Amino acid sequence: FLAGFGSLMQDMLWCFSQVKGTIDTGVTEADIISTVEFNHTGELLATGDKGGRVVIFQREQESKNQPHRRGEYNVYSTFQSHEPEFDYLKSLEIEEKINKIRWLPQQNAAYFLLSTNDKTVKLWKVSERDKRPEGYNLKDEDGRLRDPSMITVLRVPVLRPMDLMVEATPRRVFANAHTYHINSISVNSDYETYMSADDLRINLWNFEITNQSFNIVDIKPANMEELTEVITAAEFHPHHCNVFVYSSSKGTIRLCDMRTAALCDRHAKFFEEPEDPSNRSFFSEIISSISDVKFSHSGRYIMTRDYLTVKVWDLNMENRPIETYQVHDYLRSKLCSLYENDCIFDKFECVWNGSDSVIMTGSYNNFFRMFDRNTKRDVTLEASRENSKPRAILKPRKVCVGGKRRKDEISVDSLDFSKKILHTAWHPSENIIAVAATNNLYIFQDKVN
Amino acid sequence: MFVRGLKRKCFDGEEDIEGTLAGIKAIPSYNLQRQSLLDMSLVKLQLCHMLVEPNLCRSVLIANTVRQIQEEMTQDGTWQMINTQSTGQASLDRLVSTDILCRSSRDQAEGKHGPAYGTFSKDFESDQAQDSSETMSTASSVQAPRNLQSNVWEMENPQENKGNFQKSLDQIFETLENKSPNSVEDLFSEVDNSYYDLDTMLTGMMSNSKMGHCDSLETFSSPTNTASNSNCKSDLNDLDHIVEILVES
Repeated sequence: FLAGFGSLMQDMLWCFSQVKGTIDTGVTEADIISTVEFNHTGELLATGDKGGRVVIFQREQESKNQPHRRGEYNVYSTFQSHEPEFDYLKSLEIEEKINKIRWLPQQNAAYFLLSTNDKTVKLWKVSERDKRPEGYNLKDEDGRLRDPSMITVLRVPVLRPMDLMVEATPRRVFANAHTYHINSISVNSDYETYMSADDLRINLWNFEITNQSFNIVDIKPANMEELTEVITAAEFHPHHCNVFVYSSSKGTIRLCDMRTAALCDRHAKFFEEPEDPSNRSFFSEIISSISDVKFSHSGRYIMTRDYLTVKVWDLNMENRPIETYQVHDYLRSKLCSLYENDCIFDKFECVWNGSDSVIMTGSYNNFFRMFDRNTKRDVTLEASRENSKPRAILKPRKVCVGGKRRKDEISVDSLDFSKKILHTAWHPSENIIAVAATNNLYIFQDKVN
Repeated sequence: MFVRGLKRKCFDGEEDIEGTLAGIKAIPSYNLQRQSLLDMSLVKLQLCHMLVEPNLCRSVLIANTVRQIQEEMTQDGTWQMINTQSTGQASLDRLVSTDILCRSSRDQAEGKHGPAYGTFSKDFESDQAQDSSETMSTASSVQAPRNLQSNVWEMENPQENKGNFQKSLDQIFETLENKSPNSVEDLFSEVDNSYYDLDTMLTGMMSNSKMGHCDSLETFSSPTNTASNSNCKSDLNDLDHIVEILVES
């Protein structure tokens, strides 16, 4: 290989596949995507938005006629999951925005997912209907009742094919268990329970029971005036149904074992990196606040996202992360401005690829970043309409930090902070990623040689 | 949203503060920057009390930042020393707003508590393990006068208000200097020192019937103010009543 191209050839190349959403420059607030999640097989991709709607895309079967089109995602079902509500006691509105969607593993023909807003979790069943019974005795084809005295012949109704209809029905509503805003839900590996976490408490639910939940973590101080730390994210271990982690606004992660006590206020493990005194500022605590925590598929590692970095922790080492990746360190000198315009409080998510070898997270200007844990290489890509030709290869982007700006680089001051990539998802087994850019959903695939 | 091209009011790194209206171009001192950050944080806390339901994580982080600044300022003694001279280089609207709060809370003349955060500092000094929501509620109560004050300005004298904000720092200082030197002292010595809680502070603010920029300076400096303050104190207890007065005036 030519020296300059060597690394490029070895790295994965990503291509544009699809984009969903309108091109309009004016964005309707309700259309802003607030969560993205593949199901366990990757066949389905769900998005939730600020308007309380869920849109599910299904991957079409790969056809032999068009082998270069690797299964596109098309709309499978759309439904209104949550409606705006009003809390009369507090005189406050409850937003219908979908904070998180989590899929249940498929156990029969129907698909099940959990969706949540700030206060209420719902279990939705998504099922297909492609046959309908015809030939009833007591009613005619239009549904009108027939006069029983006029019936002279009995027949057996038969199932006849009909156009595919996908129905979403709410099967359970888990309400009234959270005083504070729900930030996370996580399905347990036993598939019988799940947890919901708000700013101060975590509750454990059984899928079958909606009027009761167990409180397993409570960090609310007796005197609210002493509150200095909140829960920011929580997740169950992928294999051990008694283990979960939760992260805090002070940059710490606690791992808890539900077998030790009913109320898991005492952690089994406590992960915290000592502060670097040379980097200390008034913003240190804010940028250390963890916005997302995710177990690796293997269950051996956890990944956390704070404002400027992504960190990988080994469950067996609590005193520091084993890997730290800089997402956009050039923002470190801009923290005051970002505090002023509230961008410093943006909550970015992070995801693992199927083999836990690459991690991905979003940034500003519709940039998102991938870090290869093995090669230690990283790349910055952009989700934009300009790079949206079918199978167009995404060109790596670079932010210029000062000094001479090369062609194709973008300077820090030109970044658009209103275009933030907070939510991304990675297919569980293939190199297909979904990136939510405000009201548009981009799907990228790796280049098939 | 971070709009491209919008002049940032805040400092960043070694950049100068742009937009100082008197054309003062100076790299702000650490104290100034810290003060500016404190101002901004308090405004944010106040704003989040007005939202539908505040984001608790954000509120807690901002409150912690405020506490940090407070602790540092208390430790290096600058908490006591804040005066208009040291904030002279801040952008104009910041100067004006802290100035207003100076006048209301510098009433604790003997205590010489810092401007704007008189109640704040008292609480912090008495108990280091400060309560976050008390901080927040104190912050919001301290902010209430400022916001009400500026809102009233906009209602009463929109044009003048805009003009005022564009006045140079020099002009503002001139206005203050026009009063006799003693009157500034009188202003504070005669005011009731029990101006520690929200009610009395708001009372003191709201007893200024005219809220025009220069008008308020004059009414504040008049000795009759204090008498009316103590009379009003018992009457004006809740915010609704205060707002009514504002609207009527």
